[in-house]
Amino acid sequence: MADPTPPVIVEAEAPAATETTVRTLGRDAWHDLIRKPTFIVSGVLFVIFVTIAIVPGLFTSLSPTDCSLSLSRQGPSSAAWFGYDNNGCDVYTHTIYGARASIMVGVLTAVGVLLIGGIAGTVAGFYGRSTDTVVSRLGDIFFGIPLLLGALIVLVSFPGNAETPELVTISKVVLALAVLGWPQIMRITRSSVLQVRSADYVQAARALGAGGTRMILKHVVPNSIAPVIVVATIGIGGYIAAEATLSFLGVGLQPPVVSWGLAISRAQDYVRTSPHMLLFPASALSLCVLAFIMLGDAIRDALDPKLR
Amino acid sequence: MGRYVVQRLGQMVPVVIGTTFLIYALVWALPGDPFAARCGDRPCPQNYVDRMTAEYNLDDPLPIAYLQYMGKLLTGDFGQTFSGASIAAELAQRYPITLQLTLLAILVEVVIGVAAGVLAGIRRGGFVDNLVLVSTLVVVSIPVFVLGLLAQVTFGVRLGWFPVTSDGSLYSLVLPAVVLGSLSLAFVARLVRANLVENLRTDYVRTAIAKGLPRQRVIGVHTLRNSLIPVVTFVGADFGGLLGGAVVVEGIFNIPGVGNMIFRGINAHEGATVTAAVTVLVLVFMIVNLLVDLLYAVLDPRIRHV
Repeated sequence: MADPTPPVIVEAEAPAATETTVRTLGRDAWHDLIRKPTFIVSGVLFVIFVTIAIVPGLFTSLSPTDCSLSLSRQGPSSAAWFGYDNNGCDVYTHTIYGARASIMVGVLTAVGVLLIGGIAGTVAGFYGRSTDTVVSRLGDIFFGIPLLLGALIVLVSFPGNAETPELVTISKVVLALAVLGWPQIMRITRSSVLQVRSADYVQAARALGAGGTRMILKHVVPNSIAPVIVVATIGIGGYIAAEATLSFLGVGLQPPVVSWGLAISRAQDYVRTSPHMLLFPASALSLCVLAFIMLGDAIRDALDPKLR
Repeated sequence: MGRYVVQRLGQMVPVVIGTTFLIYALVWALPGDPFAARCGDRPCPQNYVDRMTAEYNLDDPLPIAYLQYMGKLLTGDFGQTFSGASIAAELAQRYPITLQLTLLAILVEVVIGVAAGVLAGIRRGGFVDNLVLVSTLVVVSIPVFVLGLLAQVTFGVRLGWFPVTSDGSLYSLVLPAVVLGSLSLAFVARLVRANLVENLRTDYVRTAIAKGLPRQRVIGVHTLRNSLIPVVTFVGADFGGLLGGAVVVEGIFNIPGVGNMIFRGINAHEGATVTAAVTVLVLVFMIVNLLVDLLYAVLDPRIRHV
């Protein structure tokens, strides 16, 4: 995996010239968004995937442990649309239940990165001077390690086995990715805060005697967070792909956790004879990554007034 | 230029020290038994624990142990594998293959990526533009290991156009390189397209058109050259991603490079081998980034005078 923020640039829509009423930035962005096909498509996909992750039972009546070895590697049929895997488990059920672990890792990592990087970046950008130097150099050190290689090293040092509780396995992967991923958000937050810091309204707050914390929470953060949120949203797609890659390599999530990466890893040995084992989890994974990237892209276009 | 190089080198030293320290600390100094995962599913034999404790000075306080470890790294001693073979010798043997693979991947991503980006950018909103935008989005969302497996089955097994696994020839590296470079290819294409679209609106391009230069020269020389500078930066920063992807791709196509060594090390639970190989890749990534920064200064004269 490369850098989790793809510098993806999507066409800006022509501004709707007919509207004359005054709108706030948020309303304006929303007005733009709901007219964008990419937003509608990715938004629908997003809702579907999140629903699947929260209540997988709605989509399948089987549970991922309902397996029968006699059905091992049977291809798609009218009884099981996606076929069965090498353990005779229904691939469709596994694909549905795999959404939860993958999306959880992606979202939790994004939240973790947002917290660490957001706080570090705001502090560095707002206070400047030596604070900035220390935080930025620290970020450089973590930034020097490519995400996948770094996570590999952490996870190889802390292996799990079948007895490790599911949540522990998931949080290990989340921690490994968050510890290495935060400098990217830190840099974006910092540059965003630097732009806001010298704005008139911040100076006015300062002149009125507002303290550092109040200025940061009331004035700086709300005005500088938009680009950060966008990058974090696009990042979720990258983190989901990174989790799947780590699980595929054998250091990420471990069975009995059900995830797309693990399903693909199992499919690897049978890919020539039973391609359905690879095809369905891989499609779900790619579609999910695509949804998050497209969603972030669409939001960025709507929030970035320069593109209008 | 000389001052810039010195400055850049000076900035790199603390980062290299910090990064290697971080890796060392992550592997050996985090709470928990560092030997829990080093010898497969069994507990480690006592003589192996003793050997590693001596080799990595685990009885010393962390900073001292780290300094001794760095001293060994600088003299080219990367420790031994579980079976006692020298890791440095194995790395030296495998390194050229990984280098070939990544260079080939960079070649693929730059040549095809720039071509696609230019074709899309010169007719903005046209059919080619939309095709490039959609196809790059699709490629970006398919993880490298999925693409690798699909390519292996389709072009290797079904169609038989390429060897299924590496046979040592350069030709057998072509398919893996395309897979490895595909993600970056998509980014390069989008980057070139966006820059080209922006630069085509600048004053100097208007001047070039106004004085009657042929379209090819306006796009090929005036616009493209300026649009390529961010691509150089991207390729440098993305090199780390390529190295990470090399672990997956070399594992899938069984290419005997450093990535394959890491891939096998993970499966055999050989932590020491994995960390040594990853450390080397991280160092290579840093050196490449330094070179890219220097190249950037050559390409863009404005950087030198900052």
